Amino acid sequence: MSVDAATVKKIASLARIAITDEEVAKIAPELDNILGWIEQLGEVDTSSVEPMTAVIANTLRLRDDVVTDGGKRDAVLANAPQAEHGFFTVPKVIE
Amino acid sequence: MTDITDLGVRELRDGVRAGTFSAREVADSFIVAVSKAKQLNAFLVETPDHAVAAAKEADAARAAGETLKPLAGVPIGMKDLFCTKGVQSAAASHILEGFKPEYESTVSQKLWDAGAGMLGKLNMDQFAMGSSNETSYFGNVISPWRRADGGKAPLAPGGSSGGSSASIAARLCPAATGTDTGGSIRQPAAFTGIAGIKPTYGRCSRWGIIAFASSLDQAGPMARDVRDCAIMLEAMSGFDAKDSTSLQLDVPKWEAGLNASLAGKRIGIPKEYRVDGMPAEIEALWQQGIDWVKDAGAEVVEVSLPHTKYALPAYYIIAPAEASSNLARYDGVRYGLRELPEGANLQEMYAATRAAGFGAEVKRRILIGTYVLSAGFYDAYYTQAQKVRTLIARDFDEAWKTCDLLLTPTAPSAAFALGEKSADPIAMYLNDVFTVPSSLAGLPAMSVPGGLDKAGLPLGLQVIGKALDEQGVLDACLAIEERAGFKARPEAWW
Repeated sequence: MSVDAATVKKIASLARIAITDEEVAKIAPELDNILGWIEQLGEVDTSSVEPMTAVIANTLRLRDDVVTDGGKRDAVLANAPQAEHGFFTVPKVIE
Repeated sequence: MTDITDLGVRELRDGVRAGTFSAREVADSFIVAVSKAKQLNAFLVETPDHAVAAAKEADAARAAGETLKPLAGVPIGMKDLFCTKGVQSAAASHILEGFKPEYESTVSQKLWDAGAGMLGKLNMDQFAMGSSNETSYFGNVISPWRRADGGKAPLAPGGSSGGSSASIAARLCPAATGTDTGGSIRQPAAFTGIAGIKPTYGRCSRWGIIAFASSLDQAGPMARDVRDCAIMLEAMSGFDAKDSTSLQLDVPKWEAGLNASLAGKRIGIPKEYRVDGMPAEIEALWQQGIDWVKDAGAEVVEVSLPHTKYALPAYYIIAPAEASSNLARYDGVRYGLRELPEGANLQEMYAATRAAGFGAEVKRRILIGTYVLSAGFYDAYYTQAQKVRTLIARDFDEAWKTCDLLLTPTAPSAAFALGEKSADPIAMYLNDVFTVPSSLAGLPAMSVPGGLDKAGLPLGLQVIGKALDEQGVLDACLAIEERAGFKARPEAWW
């Protein structure tokens, strides 16, 4: 399979990365090359193998469902590019 | 008298305890060294106040007759991937430029609690994606090493922990933190003639470390020798309820347990690691390493890890897939950069912010990750890669039936020149061929200097151990270190 310009534009749109036609022309063959190299994985017979879910056997811990943190509004907002009235602000989304 | 900056972690710790020098003298010496080494571009932010404050505390504690903390008097470097309260933590990216966390990562907090001070934040490959430190938004780190031909070609310090490796080799700090996703502690350590260990996945908390590929990311120390790494690793490890994959185990006393005798140990040599085109000098060093571990009492056996060749392609599905998910958080809303073109809506703001804020390699990996996770391709790529990962882990389990540790080269070459591989992503990815398999299996692995190549550049040997057997890994590396007698260091030109 080959990665064409339309595919790159679609992936970039899914990844929310603006991309110019010039960049598409450069990236398409790069991705095609990398994905072509990756495709050798198809050679491996994995019909009786389970996908790995944890590298080191570990049980997920449970804790009591209680509030353990909070009351840090200003700290949470401290690095926001724009914050007003105790909220993150973004361009208008509802007309 | 020896220059203080020539001393390692143990010597500094013991010297401060004994009163041979004060912690303040130590901090001041390294602060000066850092300030004079701008040409290496190893530090993104210098934090002399932090180092001095820790030193004052150590000196005051000593004056009061208190027992000093494990790292009292030892100033270190902190990779920029660790969130440090009030100090820019940008993962060497533009999108997080200016981000000053309101909290401290668990690992860095543990180091401060152990008495260490911070000299500054260390440059790295952007979001830890790279093997040469050429993807940093803030410019390449230049290795302090140069080829012995008298040329001044700037060399790669390795990556992604290239600021850590360069600054330790250049004696700007005695130790530093690194993180390793596919070799980012071990390969830079090998390139710069220092030691570095990636512990078992889950030993060090990932909380507060800017995420790249969460099932692989693991913090570890880099320092000039094995003992110094053991001291640092003890301070960095330990259970943390804030990381769901943190291992709930006591931290072993690795330093006290060090033992360079390998009597009774079986060391496996994986035949699949004899890759095509491996330089003769690397082959020779590997053989030398085999002779060293035999001399230390180990029995050497050949083993097979049949799925080795599939580790890199599996890694380049799994790591980008996880990265594409982890890096989705950089959207220009909560922290970091925001690009808001005139009249842009919310979606356009996201896309413009991410286009401006991520470097080329980061975008490349996000795009690969998005592709392999997209509808229709998920099973063929991601599920298949996770199945191959199971087989790679199984290969190691099989090997452990006939051996206790594995010995391999760390990287397939010595340090290359900056720019030499950056045009070809796959050539760059192949640099991690010996380090990625143990990352995929979550195993502890360490690089230790073995010698120099003909060009006068360091080469490293890697020891891989069973899960949780950091002690075995450290011991084998100590046995190699004692026999290699590696004393070479870059001549200061910076």
